[in-house]
Amino acid sequence: MGALIHCQDLWKVYRLGDIGVQALRGVSLSIERGGFVAIMGASGSGKSTLMNILGCLDQPTRGTYLLDGLDIGKAGRDELAEIRNLKIGFVFQSFNLIPRTSALENAQLPLFYRGVPLRQQRERAAAALARVGLSGREHHAPAQLSGGQQQRVAIARALVSQPSILLADEPTGNLDTESSREIMGILDSLNRDDGITIILVTHEQDIAHYAARQIVVKDGQIQSDRSGEPAPIGGH
Amino acid sequence: MGAFIWLTVLTAFRILFRNRMRAGLTMLGIIIGVGAVIAMVSIGHGAKAVVQAQVASMGTNVIIVLPGATTVGGVRGSQGSGVTLTLSDALELKKRVPLLSETGWSKRDVMQIVYGNKNWNTPVNGISPSYLTIRDWSYSSGGPFTQADMEAGARVALIGQTVVENLYDVGEEPVGSVIRIKNVPFRVIGVLAPKGQSAQGSDQDDIIFIPFSTAERKVLGTQFLGSVGALFASTDHPDDLPAAVEGIREVLRARHRLQPEQQDDFTIRTQVDIGLVQEGTSQTLTLMMFSVASISLLVGGIGIMNILLVSVTERTREIGVRMAVGAKRRHILMQFLIEAMTLSLVGGLLGIVFGVIGAQITTVVAGWPTIISAESILVAFFFSLAVGLFFGLYPANKASRLNPIEALRYE
Repeated sequence: MGALIHCQDLWKVYRLGDIGVQALRGVSLSIERGGFVAIMGASGSGKSTLMNILGCLDQPTRGTYLLDGLDIGKAGRDELAEIRNLKIGFVFQSFNLIPRTSALENAQLPLFYRGVPLRQQRERAAAALARVGLSGREHHAPAQLSGGQQQRVAIARALVSQPSILLADEPTGNLDTESSREIMGILDSLNRDDGITIILVTHEQDIAHYAARQIVVKDGQIQSDRSGEPAPIGGH
Repeated sequence: MGAFIWLTVLTAFRILFRNRMRAGLTMLGIIIGVGAVIAMVSIGHGAKAVVQAQVASMGTNVIIVLPGATTVGGVRGSQGSGVTLTLSDALELKKRVPLLSETGWSKRDVMQIVYGNKNWNTPVNGISPSYLTIRDWSYSSGGPFTQADMEAGARVALIGQTVVENLYDVGEEPVGSVIRIKNVPFRVIGVLAPKGQSAQGSDQDDIIFIPFSTAERKVLGTQFLGSVGALFASTDHPDDLPAAVEGIREVLRARHRLQPEQQDDFTIRTQVDIGLVQEGTSQTLTLMMFSVASISLLVGGIGIMNILLVSVTERTREIGVRMAVGAKRRHILMQFLIEAMTLSLVGGLLGIVFGVIGAQITTVVAGWPTIISAESILVAFFFSLAVGLFFGLYPANKASRLNPIEALRYE
C-alpha cells in the first residue's frame, strides 16, 4: 500500500488575460498516512494553490495527483465534490461557519451532503463536538461563540465525516496566542491519538513546529522538505 | 435525498422568517396577484351563478317567437307590434316540428287589478296551459289551470308574488279570493313561486296569468281572433335548439307566404342567445382578470429573482463552504430553488387567504354574491409554485456554477 498522497510533477498555470502565471512549477510530494505536515511559504509562493489542489478544490494543469489511489486530475466537478466529502476535512483561517446556524448543524454539514439519516447526522455531529470539547454548546450560533470556539466547531465539522486528511489553512491566523495553542493542541491530539493525517498551511514558524515534517514552498517549487522532531506541546 | 430536501425546506423557512420584512416585500407581488385572482374569480363565479339562475328561471330550452314590426306607410313600429303570429301557428308548429316537446302562446297587456279596497297595475298574460310548463313555473300555493278551464273560458287567475304583496295583507291567503281585472271577477286558484329578477332585470313575479281564451274574449280584446303576442316552445334537449329554431323558421315562413327575398316577419330567440351575451361579458371579465393576474405574478416573480440574486451574492462564502464540504451542483441548485419556491408558495398562500377575505368583504359590503371554488385555490397554489420554480432557476443556476475557491475567498 502506497502513500496516502502522491503528487508527481504538478504544474498549475493560470491565465490572466494573455499572460500565463505559473503558480506551481513541477511539485512532487508524498505524504504517508498518519503524517503531520506543515506547508510553509510566503504569500504568492504557490502554497495556497498547492493546498487547493491537495484539498481537491482545484485540479493541476499538468502532472498527477493520487489521493488514496484515486487520480484527482481526471475527476469531474461532482466527483471532486464527492471526494472532498468523503476524504477531506477543511479548517479555514476565517472559520467559515454558516452564520445563524447552530454549532451542531454546522458540524452536521458534510454528513448532510452524504445523505446520512438525520438522527445519525445529529449523533455523529454531537460526538465530534464533544471530541473538540464543545459539549453543551451544540445549539449556540457562531456569533455566540468565541473565535477559538468557532474554530473548534470548524474542526468538528472537518472531523465528523472521518476524513483521510484534515486540511488546515492558517487555522490560527485569526486567533490570539491562547486560542492558537488550544487549537494546535486539538490538532496535535487528533494526529497522535486518532491517527488522522493533518496538512497544515501556515507562515508562522512556531505553529509549523507542531508538525513532524515541514515543507517550504517558494516560487511554485518545493524549496525544502525536512522532517524533525515535533516540538513538545506548548513549546517554542 | 429525503433528509436533504426536508432540511433544506426547513432552512428555507428559517431564512424566510429571519428576513421576514424583506421576504414580505418580495412576496407582495405574488400576494397581490394571487389575492386579486382569487377575489375576482369568486366574484365572477358568483355573478355567473346569478345569471345562470336568471336564465334558467325562464324555463329550460325555451324558444320564444315574437311577431315582427308593423310597417304602416313607411313608419315602422317596434318589434312585436305586428300581429303576424296566431294560435294556429302554434298548433301547426307542434305538428310539423317534431323536435318541439311543447308549444304555447301568450298575449299580454298592463291592466289594473282590484282586490278589496286596493289596486295594482301589472301585466296580465293570457296564456295556454302549456306555457306554464315551458316556462317552468311552480306554485307556492294552489295550482295551475287546465285545458278544460281554457276551453270553457274560465275566469281563474294565477298571481305572482309581487302582486300578492301589493294587494293582500300579510298572512292573508290569496287562493280562493276574487280579484277584478277590468271589472271582470276572477277567482285566484294559485300563487306562483317567486322567480326573482329576469336576466334583463325585470321583476318576473309582477305578473298575472289567466287562460288565453278568457283573456281574448273578456279582458284584452283583439284585432283578429287568434292573434297572439308571442309563441313559446321547448325542446327536450338543449342541443336540439338550433335545429328546432330552423324548423320553426321554415314552417312560419311557409305559413306566412314569405318570398325568399323577404325578411322574416317574426323573430326567434332562445336562451342560448341570451346566455351568449352574458357569456361574452364574463369572458371579457375573465380575460381582464388573467391579464391583471399574469402581470402581478410576473412582477412578483421578478421580485423573487432579484432578492435571490442578492441572496446568492450575500451568501457566496456560505456556498463556497457548502461546496468545500461536498455539496454537488444539484445540492446548491436545489437549495436555492427550494428557497425561491418557499417564497412564492408562502406568498401564494397569503394571497389565497387575502383573496378569500377580500371576497367575503365584497359580499358583505357590496352585497355581491361570491363563490370561492376549490379549483381556483388549487390553480393559484400551483401557479405560485411554478412562478418560484421559473424565476428561481436563474439565480439557483448561478449559485451552483460558482467556483468553490473563489466563493471561499469572497469578501
